Amino acid sequence: MSFLLSCPNCGPRDVNEFAYAGEVTSRPAERPSVRELATYVHFRRNVAGVQQEWWFHRFGCETWFRAERDTRTNAVLATEAAHAEPDGQAAPAEAAVPDVPAV
Amino acid sequence: MRDIFRTRRMWRPRGELKDRYDVVIVGGGSHGLATAYYLAKNHGITNVAVLEQSYIGSGAAGRNTTIVRSNYRTPEGARFYQRSVELYERLSRELDFNLLFSQQGHLTLAHSDRALITMTERAEVNQLLGIDSRVVGPPEVARLCPELDLSHDVTWPILGALYHPRGGIIRHDAVVWGLARGADRGGVEIHPYTEVTGIERSNGRVTGVRTTRGDIECDTIVSATAGWSTLVADLADVRLPITTHILQAFVTEPLKPFLDVIVVSSQMHVYVSQTDRGEILIGAEIEPYTTYRGTSTFPFLEYSARHVLELFPQLENVSVLRQWTGLCDLSPDYSPILGVTEVDGFVVSAGWGTYGFKAAPIVGTTLAELISTGRTPELIAPFTLERFYTDTLVSELAAAAVSH
Ligand SMILES: Cc1cc2nc3c(=O)[nH]c(=O)nc-3n(C[C@H](O)[C@H](O)[C@H](O)COP(=O)(O)OP(=O)(O)OC[C@H]3O[C@@H](n4cnc5c(N)ncnc54)[C@H](O)[C@@H]3O)c2cc1C
Ligand SMILES: [Zn+2]
Repeated sequence: MSFLLSCPNCGPRDVNEFAYAGEVTSRPAERPSVRELATYVHFRRNVAGVQQEWWFHRFGCETWFRAERDTRTNAVLATEAAHAEPDGQAAPAEAAVPDVPAV
Repeated sequence: MRDIFRTRRMWRPRGELKDRYDVVIVGGGSHGLATAYYLAKNHGITNVAVLEQSYIGSGAAGRNTTIVRSNYRTPEGARFYQRSVELYERLSRELDFNLLFSQQGHLTLAHSDRALITMTERAEVNQLLGIDSRVVGPPEVARLCPELDLSHDVTWPILGALYHPRGGIIRHDAVVWGLARGADRGGVEIHPYTEVTGIERSNGRVTGVRTTRGDIECDTIVSATAGWSTLVADLADVRLPITTHILQAFVTEPLKPFLDVIVVSSQMHVYVSQTDRGEILIGAEIEPYTTYRGTSTFPFLEYSARHVLELFPQLENVSVLRQWTGLCDLSPDYSPILGVTEVDGFVVSAGWGTYGFKAAPIVGTTLAELISTGRTPELIAPFTLERFYTDTLVSELAAAAVSH
């Protein structure tokens, strides 16, 4: 079974309409060392539990939004439209959107 | 006569955990068991316990599509996997257990000029390392796989292929059981249904593990936990650049043998082989979102079936028998993370994504050597965790995204 995500614009839709862009991360310090920068670029928490993540409604309204999802069950607990850099949290890179259908 | 009905155990059930082992291996999949087996066999290190949270082979080891090959894109990767293929070639005899390794050949189809160019480059890297790998045109593809639809009025006509004669498939359960039996005979203890819940440290080095069946002291901990790697590394406060995703596969009802080569189409995100039971085994690429939930999805089945029918229209009326998933630990550069970490005595085998089964024997031999000698074998030096901090990656994207 795939799961449903609720786009803030379009409402509940099949997950295959969306592009996943990873968990929400925090920006590194102002002048990061190579190590800090590499940590920011490559390392993820990958929790088994509730995580904050970025999604993009690719085959829909093309809105970026944030979701709170339990990675053990795929239950989506909340979604909200993305605001410009709310609390210093980085917006996802465009490159994170895969260019092939999500199956 | 009565003897053939006697149940034989592949490995001994063990009682309570001991208070202390030299080496504790977390994860009873192919990598954990191979490491245990070679620790005993090559180095005489036998005070070893393999701890598995569920049954032996319950993870990706018992769920994968068993492709074994070495035609990778980077010299570091190709050399490493080639050594593993060579070990697999001898493993049935060594374990005295038939692993049904069938080196029937591996064809990666090219549907574009661009694909042909990257394949040519891959073949050159392979050939320089002595790996049999070459680009072939449509007539040779037709000879190797007459069942393929090579006509031109299809969505993705076949322009050629990367051919790897020594690529093959193997019986995954037999690999798991054979390694477990070999480890057990070597003196290693195998403990299923034993989950590691904590890792004890003192002065930056490991001193023991906590488990659901009691605490153990040890000098070395090997995490061979694939899709669960970040959860176990978290217990030691080691961070890994890994995300967990599901990979799916399905089989059809058994057919008479008609396909004796593995066919991969990266363009269509599918690959196909025929198992020894006659089932057509079909796999694809990972689901793009991270998850620990192993439920199969219908869109995968629909999408993969459609593409397989473009390659093999004659499968049109064949029924699907089973569908399943397994957890995969994706690393940013599609290469593994192997060896020491910043915590002394905490060794990892991780970042295997969708391609780690073929590496089990070489992971086992190199990690056993690392544990025994304290030195990182040259073959695995490019795959240290440290490379992500220094940004010296080993990119296998071109050779590993769909071709497992
Ligand atoms: C559908 C599918 C197809 C694939 N196809 C191929 C292929 O064709 N070729 C190829 O080379 N590779 C393939 N792979 C990848 C390959 O299966 C894996 O990379 C490889 O099996 C990982 O190593 P392993 O066998 O040791 O892992 P696993 O078998 O996953 O072992 C990890 C074990 O750790 C245990 N564990 C986790 N946490 C704990 C804990 N806290 N305490 C105790 N135990 C724990 C788990 O229960 C699990 O049994 C495929 C994978 C899948 C899912
Ligand atoms: Zn929308």
